[in-house]
Amino acid sequence: MIEVRGLTKRYGDKLAVDNLTFAVEPGKVTGFLGPNGAGKSTTMRLILGLDRPTSGEAMVHGKQYQALGYPMREMGALLEAKAVHGGRSAYNHLLCLAQTNDIPKRRVDEVLGLVGLTEVAKKRSKGFSLGMSQRLGIAAALLGDPQVLMFDEPVNGLDPEGIRWIRNLMQALAAEGRTVFVSSHLMSEMENTAQDIIVIGRGKLIAQTTIDKFIAENSTGTVKVRTPQAEALAKAVAAAGGSATTSGADALVIQGLSTDQVGDVAFDTGIRLHELSQTRASLEQAFMELTADSVEYHATVQGSGQTAVPAGGRHAAGHAAPDGPPPQITNAPPPPQDTESTSEHAGRTS
Amino acid sequence: MTAVTTDQSHLSTLPPAQGRANLLGTLRSEITKIRSVRSTYWTMIVLFVVTVGISALITWLTASHWDQASLSQRATFQPARNSLIGLYFGQFVIVVLGALTFTAEYSTGMIRTSLTAMPRRGVFYLAKALVFAVAALIIGEVASFVAFFLGQALLNTAPEHISTTLGAPHVLRAVVGGGLFIVACGLLAFGIGSLVRHTAAAISITIGVLFVVPIIVNFLPTSWSNDIMRWLPSEGGTAIWNTAQQAHEWPAWGEFSVLLGYTAAVLIAGYILFRRRDA
Ligand SMILES: Nc1ncnc2c1ncn2[C@@H]1O[C@H](COP(=O)(O)OP(=O)(O)O)[C@@H](O)[C@H]1O
Ligand SMILES: [Mg+2]
Repeated sequence: MIEVRGLTKRYGDKLAVDNLTFAVEPGKVTGFLGPNGAGKSTTMRLILGLDRPTSGEAMVHGKQYQALGYPMREMGALLEAKAVHGGRSAYNHLLCLAQTNDIPKRRVDEVLGLVGLTEVAKKRSKGFSLGMSQRLGIAAALLGDPQVLMFDEPVNGLDPEGIRWIRNLMQALAAEGRTVFVSSHLMSEMENTAQDIIVIGRGKLIAQTTIDKFIAENSTGTVKVRTPQAEALAKAVAAAGGSATTSGADALVIQGLSTDQVGDVAFDTGIRLHELSQTRASLEQAFMELTADSVEYHATVQGSGQTAVPAGGRHAAGHAAPDGPPPQITNAPPPPQDTESTSEHAGRTS
Repeated sequence: MTAVTTDQSHLSTLPPAQGRANLLGTLRSEITKIRSVRSTYWTMIVLFVVTVGISALITWLTASHWDQASLSQRATFQPARNSLIGLYFGQFVIVVLGALTFTAEYSTGMIRTSLTAMPRRGVFYLAKALVFAVAALIIGEVASFVAFFLGQALLNTAPEHISTTLGAPHVLRAVVGGGLFIVACGLLAFGIGSLVRHTAAAISITIGVLFVVPIIVNFLPTSWSNDIMRWLPSEGGTAIWNTAQQAHEWPAWGEFSVLLGYTAAVLIAGYILFRRRDA
């Protein structure tokens, strides 16, 4: 359970986080969404007590982070993946964290195995690929077996395999009843992972809702029809309470009626249909519209989906852990969209 | 083959936590940190080689040219100090390690991870400073004693008896003080590092204070420079290995406490800022 009340952070003139209030519940994955520069990372640093709030407070299990007895046993966090000393081995990195929190040594080996880094445990983390660094960060977050987990853009720069691994991990952690709070600047990363979402823009709360509601509210359902009797169908649709606009010679785009209703109307009026399909504005679209007013640099947001994977990233990861293929969650229900390309959501509705 | 799972049956359960994260655990953590990076070993080896090597060179030159030494040189000769001259150069090495111990947390981004593990910053700062101080004390004392014994052995090669022993007046204080001097210089750099949080800046500032300032003061008229000199951290430090008091200095421990005063002030200022600043 994470609670944030009136949280505000000002850096000089810049109001990075503006009076945020929200709660993150256990047992589900909560997505923390907002365009780049919205204040997601700042909010997470405030929760961890790394930065001092200008006003307001953030609580973990009803306490400020600094007041937690063994903080890593209650909350695990992944901020930037490279928040490690590159000259230190993965094992020693985790060991020094474990010692502070009175976590036994064998647990270090266990989390290394859990994230698939056993083979490179004694190697200096300087040479790790982004994916391996990300895994090391996740190992640190899981070290204390905490009930609350927080990940800041965990899939940034990962290949599809790594992305799926992290998604499955987050869902499995939530299924165990833990609180999982994960940020992203892309709706597409969240729609298959999160149950709840918190959307911010320019530091302000824009929406707090469930992903299902968000989809329902923001996918303006239009129905596409192809028919040789376009004019007649347009009239019939209007009579049934919908509105139709022509799109090309034999096609109509209909609003206000479902595919079922359009089909029934056509049947009742004896109109021949060649195609009847639902088209849905993408969630990314809806998300962008929602946050449009609060985007700082439009170009960055548009392009950021593609920045990701350095060409050598995948190869390097595979090379360093020769017979540790990207591990899979064995006991978690596989998300149904597993085989889809990870950033496409058009397939969802058609 | 590792099948990844979050099923806790695959992981041993953690023994229940009792109490809270404290200084002891944080000390252990800092010990792991300092001994798990190569820069620690490199700087320590360099410190030892530089200190002992330069001391050996100086004492050997002194012994082999003793017959050409002037009367005043003979009268003011301090064999202990002569064999500890290498520490003057060793201080620069410990300055690097002292600064790095703190600033590397920032340059690597590790500080955010460290403070997530131990969010109580006073405990973290204290543990870090203590572990570094003990490491510096060990290497400082080893270098100081080895430089002393090797130096005295080389002085024994002179045509006259000019060497000394640990039992002679003030000599033990000078040699032990040599190691303490290394600790104090290192902690000064650590403190400056915690103020500026930048490796190169911390090293430059500390070396400026310890090395450049006394050179500038030396160019002032003697009547001024003597008054200023005794207030400098560098003078305060080097006084500890004199076995005879210099005209412009206070007695050894008094003068040494000038260096300690500066070090303490910087450490406290660094601590206060560290508590308040965003990580
Ligand atoms: N330490 C800082 N000093 C000054 N400005 C900052 C600092 N950290 C973040 N900001 C600013 O605060 C805003 C929010 O940043 P951030 O929390 O990183 O956003 P996000 O993680 O959502 O992309 C940005 O405009 C950023 O430039
Ligand atoms: Mg961010």
